[in-house]
Amino acid sequence: MFDALSDRLEGVFRKIRGTGRITEANVEEALRDVRMALLEADVNFQVAKDFVDRVKAKAMGQEVLRALSPDQQLVKIVHEELTATMGGAAGKLDLSGEPPAVLMLVGLQGSGKTTTAGKLATLLLGEQRRRRPFLVPLDLARPAAIQQLKTLAAQVGDGCGVYDTPTSGGDPVAIAKAAIEQARVGGYEAVILDTAGRLAIDEDLMAELRRVRDAAKPRQTIFVADAMTGQDAVAVATGFRDGIGIDGIVLTKMEGDARGGAALSIHAVTGKPILFTGVGEKLSALEVFHPERVSSRILGMGDVMSLIEKAEAAYDAKQAEALQKKLRKDEFTLEDFRDQLRAVKKMGSVADLMGMIPGMKKLARGQDMAGADQELARIEAIINSMTRQERRDHLILNASRRKRIATGSGTSVAEVNRFLKQYGQARKVMKSLTRGGPRGLLAQLGMGR
Amino acid sequence: MSIEIPPWVDREQLPVLAAGLAAVLLLLGLLGFLVARRRGRVAGGESSGGGKEDAVARASSTPASPRSTAQRFRAGLARSRSRLASRLAAALGAGGPDLDDELLRILIESDVGPKSAQEILAGLGRLPAHGRDPEAVRAELRGRIEEMVRGPGEPEQLPSHPWVVLVVGVNGVGKTTSIGKLAARHRALGRSVLLVAGDTFRAAAADQLEVWAGRSDAGIVRQGEGADPSAVVFDGMKSAVARDVDVVLVDTAGRLHTKTNLMEELRKVRRTVERVLPGAPHEVLLVLDATTGQNALAQAKTFSEAVDVTGVVLTKLDGSARGGVVVAICRELGLPVRWVGLGEAVDDLEPFDAAEFARALVGDGEEPPVA
Repeated sequence: MFDALSDRLEGVFRKIRGTGRITEANVEEALRDVRMALLEADVNFQVAKDFVDRVKAKAMGQEVLRALSPDQQLVKIVHEELTATMGGAAGKLDLSGEPPAVLMLVGLQGSGKTTTAGKLATLLLGEQRRRRPFLVPLDLARPAAIQQLKTLAAQVGDGCGVYDTPTSGGDPVAIAKAAIEQARVGGYEAVILDTAGRLAIDEDLMAELRRVRDAAKPRQTIFVADAMTGQDAVAVATGFRDGIGIDGIVLTKMEGDARGGAALSIHAVTGKPILFTGVGEKLSALEVFHPERVSSRILGMGDVMSLIEKAEAAYDAKQAEALQKKLRKDEFTLEDFRDQLRAVKKMGSVADLMGMIPGMKKLARGQDMAGADQELARIEAIINSMTRQERRDHLILNASRRKRIATGSGTSVAEVNRFLKQYGQARKVMKSLTRGGPRGLLAQLGMGR
Repeated sequence: MSIEIPPWVDREQLPVLAAGLAAVLLLLGLLGFLVARRRGRVAGGESSGGGKEDAVARASSTPASPRSTAQRFRAGLARSRSRLASRLAAALGAGGPDLDDELLRILIESDVGPKSAQEILAGLGRLPAHGRDPEAVRAELRGRIEEMVRGPGEPEQLPSHPWVVLVVGVNGVGKTTSIGKLAARHRALGRSVLLVAGDTFRAAAADQLEVWAGRSDAGIVRQGEGADPSAVVFDGMKSAVARDVDVVLVDTAGRLHTKTNLMEELRKVRRTVERVLPGAPHEVLLVLDATTGQNALAQAKTFSEAVDVTGVVLTKLDGSARGGVVVAICRELGLPVRWVGLGEAVDDLEPFDAAEFARALVGDGEEPPVA
């Protein structure tokens, strides 16, 4: 996500890099390009215009910081303004008050409401919150939506309830009321209402949603929007805000090459925080939206905080210590390698992870990153096809063993060989990197300053 | 070497951080490995769009709207027209840089995109717009846009027999619905139609197509869910030749253009069509949702590279979105818009009318500008 915008902005900043200082003329030119980059990324016209005006005012009024070059100064200002445009601090899901806390999802058809309901339930049930969610299908015009939500509830797992909405007939208001009562009796802590959508905003829909809202008294009404939407995103968001009132926003389908314009515009226009972004098809693919981190990612500055959080989720401290030790002592076996692969898989796609490391985005460009994930799976297959003894001591891998492994993993001997060579190199690199302990690793990565 | 730990790093977390970084480093080491990697399928499905068969159900239960398509199109147009008219008039009154900006805004807000918008406005820039009749400026804009998007529609006499149309696009844009409407059009012209249910991925996609087939009295070839799409298409094409039908409409599963493996699958579907009937498909239609922004251009590029798209179907034009991105698609890729979708009823698919489209973008001046 945001790749197109990132690329464009990088070009703009490169242009200004050569110039000695910020002048009205070069800022003017750079900002014209920034504005075009924003518009190409589907940022709302007015939002882009205001954004550029603010950056300009700041850039011109700024004391010249000796330590920073003109492009760095401009990057800094753009970074601050991007963050502010997207809402500053991260928004919060409100589950306060007497349970169950009702969350009402609204949005157009195809925006991803039902999938988001499943993802929210997963998040609530997860380790950090441990709240039992109760899903309520209210899109009575679409029997398939009801079925889809029931299927999702089963996938979310034990502890996630779902209301048995009849697939024909019924009144959404009555169903919402009955469902909330059932959730209360059942001891659920959160109720997620998956309301009906339409292809476009219409008064019938708004009236129905208002009735549901008045009956269900949601703690938060959350607007779900497709990140690929163009200039229409803002019109739809304000339509829902004015029609029923919204408290927060979820942007879906951010994993494609969505330009991210909606992310930049929607808060600026509605004044409501973006709470989460949907970044994939898995139920766990819902990320808290941190404006500051996202603007770092847009500007190619990486997002180390998110990376650390992901690593924390994938490793526990003991594992990490053990790994450290092994790396230092050069005892990093193929078995450990496989554990690493699995942990990495838990952290997300290779492309995602690379984008979070400062400077890595550039390196990753031009590589087919979907292929990288695929390659990891092949490597895991190769390791899986080895015996335990082989995994612990790769030196015993002779030609006949390699042949067997290739057959077992559905690869070729050449691929097995290539992998083993890679493994040897990786081992060497890791050893030298970890010689100084964690700090040494940081230093090597150029982050220890 | 003394190293200062960045302030945001909790010292307690260092081992965890290091492990995470080590893992990523590992990946970097693997990058070299990737260069020689084989192209393969990537795991990962698509978000399931459950709602489509319901749209069919709804469309079939609601009789076609009493108002004609043109009327509905005009109604949508009217909404934006008065707004545009007053803005344009105000901007023309003010003149100068405000005018350029206002015109740019009008185009950008219709998703035309900055590059195409600037190109449209480039010619106007040289004229002394200040004090000019707003209608004259508007007419000129309209003319320029019309010229950019004008393209051939579907030929009246189908140049081949059978006429094979492959329909592609990302998820949820209205592929299957568009096929249903196309089938109805061809049937109305007395042509025999065969639908091929190439979307074997989405639950109930074939059922949805079958409903359309029933309603327009077209034949259908389908297999169970999860079948190989190329196999279904092979059967469908064989059957089309055997039955000697006039028109074959091939549905495909929606796929994000960024999923390389699924695009690969689509190439195979196309190759299969070609193998059974050399020269086919005669038309490859890319279905685009009018609410999509500049992303649609990326979609058009990727799908064109994969399966040689020959035309565009622009759906969901009945809402507040104008679908201006097709200007860029016409300009950069030379892909003509063949059809526009304006609603959920059968008769809501219309041949694309460049003049009408241009009018929807900048208004037609039928209403007196509000001062």
